[in-house]
Order: sequence, then structure tokens, then C-alpha cells
Amino acid sequence: MTAALKVTGLVKQYRQARALDGIDLEVSRGEFFGLLGPNGAGKTTLINILAGLARPTQGTVEVMGFDVAREYEQSRRALGVVPQELVYDPFFTAREVLRVQSGYFGMRRNDDWIEHVLHNLGLTPHADKNMRALSGGMKRRVLVAQALVHKPPVIVLDEPTAGVDVDLRQTLWQFIRSLNEEGHTVVLTTHYLEEAETLCERIAMLKQGRLVALDSTRNLLSRRHGHQAQLKFDGEPPPSLGLKRGQSSCWLYGFQEYVQLETLLAGLRTAGIRVLEMQLIEPDLEDVFTEIIQNA
Amino acid sequence: MTGFSTLLYKELLRFWKVAFQTILAPIVTAMLYLLIFSHVLEERVQVYPGISYTTFLVPGLIMMSMLQNAFANSSSSLIQSKITGNIVFVLLAPLSYLEFCAAYLLASVIRGVVVGVGVGLATVWFTDLPLMHPVWLLALTVLSTGILAALGIIAGMWADKFDQLAAFQNFLIMPLTFLSGVFYSIHSLPPFWQALSHWNPVFYMIDGFRWGFFGHSDVAPGLSLLVVGASFVAISGFTLLLLRHGYKLRY
Repeated sequence: MTAALKVTGLVKQYRQARALDGIDLEVSRGEFFGLLGPNGAGKTTLINILAGLARPTQGTVEVMGFDVAREYEQSRRALGVVPQELVYDPFFTAREVLRVQSGYFGMRRNDDWIEHVLHNLGLTPHADKNMRALSGGMKRRVLVAQALVHKPPVIVLDEPTAGVDVDLRQTLWQFIRSLNEEGHTVVLTTHYLEEAETLCERIAMLKQGRLVALDSTRNLLSRRHGHQAQLKFDGEPPPSLGLKRGQSSCWLYGFQEYVQLETLLAGLRTAGIRVLEMQLIEPDLEDVFTEIIQNA
Repeated sequence: MTGFSTLLYKELLRFWKVAFQTILAPIVTAMLYLLIFSHVLEERVQVYPGISYTTFLVPGLIMMSMLQNAFANSSSSLIQSKITGNIVFVLLAPLSYLEFCAAYLLASVIRGVVVGVGVGLATVWFTDLPLMHPVWLLALTVLSTGILAALGIIAGMWADKFDQLAAFQNFLIMPLTFLSGVFYSIHSLPPFWQALSHWNPVFYMIDGFRWGFFGHSDVAPGLSLLVVGASFVAISGFTLLLLRHGYKLRY
């Protein structure tokens, strides 16, 4: 079966800057895929090339087996993109915008699906308001609806939850998850790493236009070796115990095996230091992300 | 075809929703020109025998209004979409560059024609305009507004800010339309300016248009149609070429 997305040897050069520097990537059909990286890593450039908004300098990109340059009509039909910027057409109402967008994709009678999308994104009461009259969160919902209006098999969300409230996040993820369960492939970029951790099965990390990690979320999380404990004492522990100062009078203790905690506690007892608080910190995607990006 | 017809519909709806500004305002402006110039010059100037100055002026005003509005429509729609970023919705869609060009062009031609018809109807109270060659008028209208609509697409793609678009409009489109013989016959000009006018394609649009009403013109009507037709082919061809390469739209 052809991949939902296939990126081969992709390079994008903007005058002096190399935005993408040889990306190879494949996303299977039905996957929930995360694309992470710091600002300027090339995530949006990659999405723009997928969507045909930018052209590759070298390499090829396929959406559902269709080359984005040569077979742009089919590849664009297969793709729904939620752009990062909060853009809207001030002349129209939300419903008009969705009807127009359907028409661009060659769909004349699409009202049932439009109503379904409006309903699932909590937009029905606002559907006949002019876009200018909608709040930022509502405009963002319309952007998502516009990307879904032609029922694309591949959905790309470029930081869809940047600056939006909890309500929208929940509504959005619920709907996107249900679409994913129905078989739609979802590609997500976000700076909220807990979102990526919860939602994405596989994650790619980009830094300065290069792919620095590509693995399942589970494998990435297990990459981080060892554990960490955060402690508070009634005095200063001796340096020989290997504790590091943390924030707000806390101390951090890194260890590989839980049995090492016993050694620490024994050492503290000998030194006459009492433990006031202790908390185990499980590694999350943020730690893994920071580690990978720093070391890359 | 649905993609094209939807983009056309959206472009028509866009100007229709602000019809005060896009249709009524240019009609009022044309009426003001007509009032002032006909008041000052009616008794003093007669360009063609048997045709009053007010009657002479009307076809030029109609054509000038159509041209300026055809240009304004495509150029302002594109630059607004570029600056607000909503051009992305059109670019993400599977529309071909031909559909894109045709929809913007046709919407602008239609706005030009609506304004032109509006100006024409409003002048009924001022003068009795003969209508000698209606098919000719229609052909010249479509070709001429098509040229300005295509120029509007080029300007809208090229300009990155409103200031640049205003420069295109004020330093190119306005002089070309005002110095094209709307208010005078070029035969009344000194030889240098008369020769220069022959290099202005808008002159042929106005002159040919006037011939469609009166059967009188400064140059042979066939020449006007030839120049206007050739300009349309050249400029719309160039526009298509730019769109095919995604000039300043797809990076």
C-alpha cells in the first residue's frame, strides 16, 4: 500500500538559508504522526512543500502516492492543511467560507458534511456570523473546518492549538482522534509536547532542516536513560552523595536503578540530614526533546 | 469547472458585498467628471461635427471607469488576500493556474461592465447617446477590461504592500487612462503628445469605443481593435506565464 506521505531527499534552499537539508520520511496510512522541532527547524517549510505552497529545490514529495509537483491536483485533493497563521476572509460568514472551500475542491453539494464538521467543532451557533465577528478561537475552528471540508485522507495541522483555550483543544482533539480512528492520516506539529506525547504514535524531530530523530513515541520516551528524584532536606547534603541543586531549594538525584535510592537514603541518614519531601520525576517527551535537540 | 466557477462566484460576491465602494462610488465619480467638464466645456469645444462635447465625453468616461475598476478589482482582491494571508485557501485547492487566471480576470471584467453600464445609464439624463455598433462595443469592452484585469493580476502578484500597488496604479494606470483622449481628441494635441498617444494602448480602447457609439474616431477602428486585441493576447499570456510559475505566490 502506498504511504500517506513520502518525502525523499528533500532540500529547500531560500537564497542564503537552507530550510530543509535532505529529509527522508515516510508516514503510513492511518498514522497519527508528530513533527516536532524548535522554531525555524523547517517544519512549516516541509508542510508548505507538501501543500504545494512552496517548491522543493531538490527531492520529491508524494501525498497518497501523488507527486505534489507533477500530480498537484490529486495530491492537493488528498491533503487538508490547517495553516499556522490565523488567516480568514473578512468578506464572508463561516458557512459561506466552507461552501466556497468545498467548491474549490470541486464539491458542489457538500452541505451535509459541512454541517457535520460545524457541529463537531462547536461552530453551529456561529456559522452565519461574519468571520470578523468571531473570536480568535472560533476563527481557528473555522480554519480546521476548512481543511476538512473535502474529507481529505491526510490531515496536516500546523500548530493548531497555539494560543487557544482548553475547550477548543479538547473539542479539536476529540474530533481529530475520531477522524484518525476512521482511517484519516494525521500529521501534527506542536510546541505543546504533552499533546504530541498523548496523541502521536510516531514522531520526527527536526533541527536546522535536518531530521534528528524518527521513532515511535514509546521508543523515544525509553531513550532517556535512568530516573530522577527531586528532594528537599532540612540541611545541606554532603557533596559525596552526588546531588545537584534544583530549583526553589530542591535537590535533584539522578539514578539508573531504584536500589541506588537506598544508598542515597543511607548516606543522608549517616550525615544526619532529614528528608522533608521526595518526588520521582518520570521522563517525558520534553526531556527527550531537549536532550535530542541539544545533542543533535 | 466547479473550482473555477466557485472562485468566480467568490470574487463576484466579494465586490458585490461592498457595492457602495466598488460600483456606486465610481459611478458617482464619473458623474462628477461629466458635470464639471460638460459645464465648463459644453459651449466652447466641439470635437466632432454635430456631436456636443457632453456626448463626446460620455463614451470615454464609461470606458475609463470600466478600465479603472477592472484593474482595481483583481489587484485589490489579490493584494488583500496576500496581505491577510487568506490567499492560502485558493493556493491549497486543486485549481489550475488557468482556472485561477480566468476567474480573477472574468470577475474583474464583470465588475468593469457593471460599472460601465451604471455610468451609461446615469448619463441618459444628460445626453442622448447614439449606439451605432453594439456588438463592436461589447467586444472592445471585454478585451479592454480584460487587459486591465490582467494588469491587475500582475500588479496584485508583484506588490508586497499597498504602497507598491498604489504606485502601480498612480504612476502607470492613471496616467495611461487620463492621457488617452478621454477628455479630448488627440488631434487637438501638439505633435509630440499626439505621437506619444499612439503608443498608449488605452488610447485605442477609448477611441475604438467612441467609434462604436458615433461612427467617428481619431484612428481607423480596425487599428484600435487590432492593438487592443494584440495587447490582450500579450498581457494575458504574460499573466498566465507568471501564474504558471507561481510568481510571488508559491515560493
